[in-house]
Amino acid sequence: MKKIYSRPKSLKKTAFHYCPGCGHSIIHRIMTELIDEMDLQDKIIGIPPPGCSVFAYNYFDIDMAESAHGRGAAVATGMKRAYPEGIIFTYQGDGDLAAIGTAETVHAANRGENITVIFVNNAVYGMTGGQMAPTTLVGQKTTTTPYGRDERMEGNALRISEMLALVKGVAYIERVAVNSPTNIRKAKKAIRKAFQAQIDGLGFSMVEVLSPCPTNWRMDEPEAWQWVSDVMAKEFPLGVLKDVTGESHAS
Amino acid sequence: MLVKTVFAGFGGQGVLSMGLNLTQAAMMEGKHVTYLPSYGAEVRGGTANCTVAVSNEEIASPVASSPEFVIAMNLPSLVRFQNQIESGGVLLFDASLVETEVSRGDIEVVGIPATDLANKIGSPKSANMVMLGAFIKKSNLVSLDSVIEGLKSTFKGKPDLVTINEQALRTGYDLL
Amino acid sequence: MSIVTKVLMTGNAAIGEAAIRAGCQCYFGYPITPQNELTEHMAANLSRRKGCAFVQAESEIAAINMVYGASLAGVRVMTSSSSPGISLKQEGISYLAACELPAVIVNMSRGGPGLGSISASQSDYFQATRGGGHGDYRTPVLAPSSVQELADLTHRAFDLADKYLTPVLILGDGILGQMMEPVEFRHEAPEVPPVRSNALRGAKGRPSRIVKTFTSNPSTLEELNWSLFRRYQVIKQAEVTYDTFMVDDARLVVVAFGIAARIAKGAVKTARIEGLKVGLLRPVTLWPFPAAKIRKLAEDVKQFLVFEMNMGQMLEDVQLALEGSAEVSFYGRTGGVIPTPSEVLRVIARLYHQKGLHR
Ligand SMILES: Cc1ncc(C[n+]2csc(CCOP(=O)(O)OP(=O)(O)O)c2C)c(N)n1
Ligand code: SF4
Repeated sequence: MKKIYSRPKSLKKTAFHYCPGCGHSIIHRIMTELIDEMDLQDKIIGIPPPGCSVFAYNYFDIDMAESAHGRGAAVATGMKRAYPEGIIFTYQGDGDLAAIGTAETVHAANRGENITVIFVNNAVYGMTGGQMAPTTLVGQKTTTTPYGRDERMEGNALRISEMLALVKGVAYIERVAVNSPTNIRKAKKAIRKAFQAQIDGLGFSMVEVLSPCPTNWRMDEPEAWQWVSDVMAKEFPLGVLKDVTGESHAS
Repeated sequence: MLVKTVFAGFGGQGVLSMGLNLTQAAMMEGKHVTYLPSYGAEVRGGTANCTVAVSNEEIASPVASSPEFVIAMNLPSLVRFQNQIESGGVLLFDASLVETEVSRGDIEVVGIPATDLANKIGSPKSANMVMLGAFIKKSNLVSLDSVIEGLKSTFKGKPDLVTINEQALRTGYDLL
Repeated sequence: MSIVTKVLMTGNAAIGEAAIRAGCQCYFGYPITPQNELTEHMAANLSRRKGCAFVQAESEIAAINMVYGASLAGVRVMTSSSSPGISLKQEGISYLAACELPAVIVNMSRGGPGLGSISASQSDYFQATRGGGHGDYRTPVLAPSSVQELADLTHRAFDLADKYLTPVLILGDGILGQMMEPVEFRHEAPEVPPVRSNALRGAKGRPSRIVKTFTSNPSTLEELNWSLFRRYQVIKQAEVTYDTFMVDDARLVVVAFGIAARIAKGAVKTARIEGLKVGLLRPVTLWPFPAAKIRKLAEDVKQFLVFEMNMGQMLEDVQLALEGSAEVSFYGRTGGVIPTPSEVLRVIARLYHQKGLHR
């Protein structure tokens, strides 16, 4: 029989604690596949955040260190500066990266820190129980916007990737989703490109992943997957927002 | 003996380098010495000052609430510091720039036409060194030779500057 | 022309220079008076060194987290700030302590609370000696009182940090940072600073490694707390440092640290000339605190005077050390006021006579 599933070498043999249908599991899976394929297991170091992915180190079989809430980009900066040969990535939620850690993210990008950021946008604070995130859509109900996000009081969904695309130090930003086999394939390609940008020393690279959170969206899995395409991706269009990797290769 | 001196004036008059030169010389003579510049909001508005403490023992505090010597290179400094000088202390000021009546009778007041003298020797910028020379003579805190040695290390590789500053120092020194 | 090896430096620059010579490879800072000369010294001197890095961070929060990252990567790393900035770093310091990561943190403290003033103060004593951030941890705290000691203790701070795998605090103040004094550096910077053996540098030739504290199992965390606690007990046994001056026949002992101890020493010297039997105890390590020494002194001395540039913080440690075995008075100036030796002398003389110690 043809082997259709094999566990990536850099994925530990531990069952995921994530809810069924959660995007984090899929993202971990494709990232560990890439770590194997790109032969990075012995030189990559990951920095997961407080958030649902706080236990990412239980799954990735690579060196990892937890960071304080929002400070991933600063921790990665310190690490990369101290050890430039390492391949360093942060793995951050939208509350982590786009609220409490906005400053660190923007400034790491602006310094062109040669790191990779995996930005998991699920439009809520997952771990703390589904509160409003900066990326929550207008009208979306969360535990702290029980009547729906009101743009006059709570602002609009913040498009961090678009903002960062304006920053000069950024080499590559793409927004992807993990809600269909096609999208998952594209997501993997994007993350590969982001790691490659770092390996090539091109500067800051980030992949924003629209990621279903069925639990806090109070949806079943198919509904949540559908919602990513039908609603979320309208506010957060998929695609490349900045890419200077080709240019740099040419020059 | 512990002697504290305040150098004060406009930024750009070289008051901090006066203090630094004295500190350097005292260090070279193996004395205990501290140098404390004014900083932050205090230096806004264009005035600067520094305090130098010289002693043959450990120095308790680098701050001078009542210095023995004050060197005032402009009027605001003279106004600010004249009342802080310890009884029996000395106020030196640049008489070319400041006309003054000092009301205290318990201190010695010495006017040095430092700017005029500096102009006369053709280096208007070295009024501070003229003043420092006069101060060295008056206080006898360190030797003139040490100050000149110090200049040589400060202006390493710039013999012209050493010559000019040395000339200015001697001009002030010989005045008193 | 005797002492040619000494150079004239501000306290801030001396820390920077000493850090480089101690093999500090990374420095992350954010501007705040009165410690800017340290950041500037590192910008000028560390950034150019091979394998070293300087970053002006976007905030103190970012800076301490960069420190965390560099420490994870196994190098000697430092940050510095002054009081308000140190408040912002507290979460990061807690993480460093929890993850057993060495780092040196300098606080050139200034008047508080709030934005306060840029003048020197000692009002961060509680914050420094009680851990400062959240959770059950302590950090060794070194309190220099001269530019030379700033340099020497910077070296010691790096050694302590590596030895005990802990962040170490240097608690100075605006005056120590700004003033210049002759200083001698007794070490040359290492050509290739060593990398800590448990650094996180990729799982090459060994299993992957995790650095973390978060757990859903309370007993795991309790075990971490116990292991930290046991290490703190060792530090308390082995690393207490203090200075005494004329305590042998003293009837009154002044306890003061940092710049205040220097001022107090001047006062004590004059008191001795005037025939008052006064001595000085200067804790060099504020944590661990020289409690045993104070208790020992109290066998003969029944009157202590704590002098601080705050409203009475170390005072509590002295009271705890004495356990009521001697009387303690306090004199403090705060908000950035710099007291004079003669002012302290007046307080000493008054107390001495009030308590009938002259009889
Ligand atoms: C300083 C601080 N404030 C708050 C928290 C609590 N906290 C933990 S995770 C989190 C947000 C998680 O949301 P997100 O970053 O979107 O990640 P997700 O859980 O959705 O993957 C918060 C607020 C914390 N750990 N630290
Ligand atoms: S709460 Fe949401 S983000 Fe967190 S594990 Fe569950 S589905 Fe995933």
